Amino acid sequence: MGRVVVEFMPKPEILDPQGQAVLGALPRLGFTGFTSVRQGKRFELEVDGEVTDQVLASAREAATTLLSNPVIEDVVAVVAGEGAR
Amino acid sequence: MRVGVVTFPGSLDDRDAARAVRLAGGEAFALWHADADLHGVDAVVLPGGFSYGDYLRCGAIARFAPVMGPLVDAARGGLPVLGICNGFQLLCEAHLLPGALIRNDHRRFVCRDQPLAIERTDTPWTRGYAPGERIVVPLKNGEGGYVADERTLDELEGEGRVVARYLDDNPNGSYRAIAGVSNAAGNVVGLMPHPEHASEPGFGPDVRSGTDGLDGLRFFTSILDGLVRV
Repeated sequence: MGRVVVEFMPKPEILDPQGQAVLGALPRLGFTGFTSVRQGKRFELEVDGEVTDQVLASAREAATTLLSNPVIEDVVAVVAGEGAR
Repeated sequence: MRVGVVTFPGSLDDRDAARAVRLAGGEAFALWHADADLHGVDAVVLPGGFSYGDYLRCGAIARFAPVMGPLVDAARGGLPVLGICNGFQLLCEAHLLPGALIRNDHRRFVCRDQPLAIERTDTPWTRGYAPGERIVVPLKNGEGGYVADERTLDELEGEGRVVARYLDDNPNGSYRAIAGVSNAAGNVVGLMPHPEHASEPGFGPDVRSGTDGLDGLRFFTSILDGLVRV
C-alpha cells in the first residue's frame, strides 16, 4: 500500500487565527522564545500498490481543487509518504 | 416568480430564507443539494448553516454537490444568486466570488445585531436600498473573516463591488470591514450577515437598535421587483 502526503500552509498575507492562539498558549506553558506560529494541514492519501507518477499527478490535482483553497493556502508538499502511521 | 432555496446536509437557515421570500411576496421553491436541476427558478438563495459539517473548509465540500453544476453555469449566465453566511463561503469556494472567509480574528463565535452600510445598490438583491444606507441585521458566524490579497481588494473597491461593509466596529477581522461582495455583473452577491433574519415584525433585531427590525426584507423585495420588471 502506498501513501501520498499532501501539506498546506496558509498564505503569508492571510491572517492565521489558529496559529496566533497557539502562539499565545506557548509562553503560558513555559515555551518562551517562539515569535511566530503558523498552522498548516497535512493529508495522507492511500492507494493500493505503488505511488506512481500518475498517482502523484492525481494527488496534485486533488490538492488544488478540493483539499486546499488556493485563495488562502499554498500547497507546500505533495510527496510519496513514509510508512509511519 | 420562483426563488429557489437550496438545502444542503447541515443547512440551517433554509427555512428562514424561504420564509423571507414569502414575506416579500414571492414563491419559495425548495432545491435539494443532490438534485442537479434548478427546476426553472428565477433566482437562487444559498442559505446559512454548516453544510457538510463545515469539514475541510466552510463550503468546500458543498461546492461540489450535484446542484452546484447547473447553479455555477446559470450564475455565470446571469441568474441572480444570493449566498448568505455559509452560502457566501460556498460562492467563494466555487470561485463565483473572489476571496475567502476564514476564522474570526478574535477566534470566538459572534452573534449580534450588526450595523452595515449597503454600498452597491445596482444588484438585483440590493436595488431597494439607497447607496450608503445604514441597516441593522443579525450577524452570526465563527468563520466570517473576509480575506483576499491586496490586489483583489483594490479591484473590488475600484469596481464598486463591495456590496456591504460593517459599520462601527469590525466584528470578525474582515479585511477592509467587507461584509459582502458581488461579481462584476452584480447578479451574484455574497453576504456574511443575515437579512433573512430581519424580515418579519417582532423577530428581527431589537427595536433598541434604532430600526424596525425589518432592514433585511428589501433583499427579497428587491429580487422580486426586479423579476416582475423583467
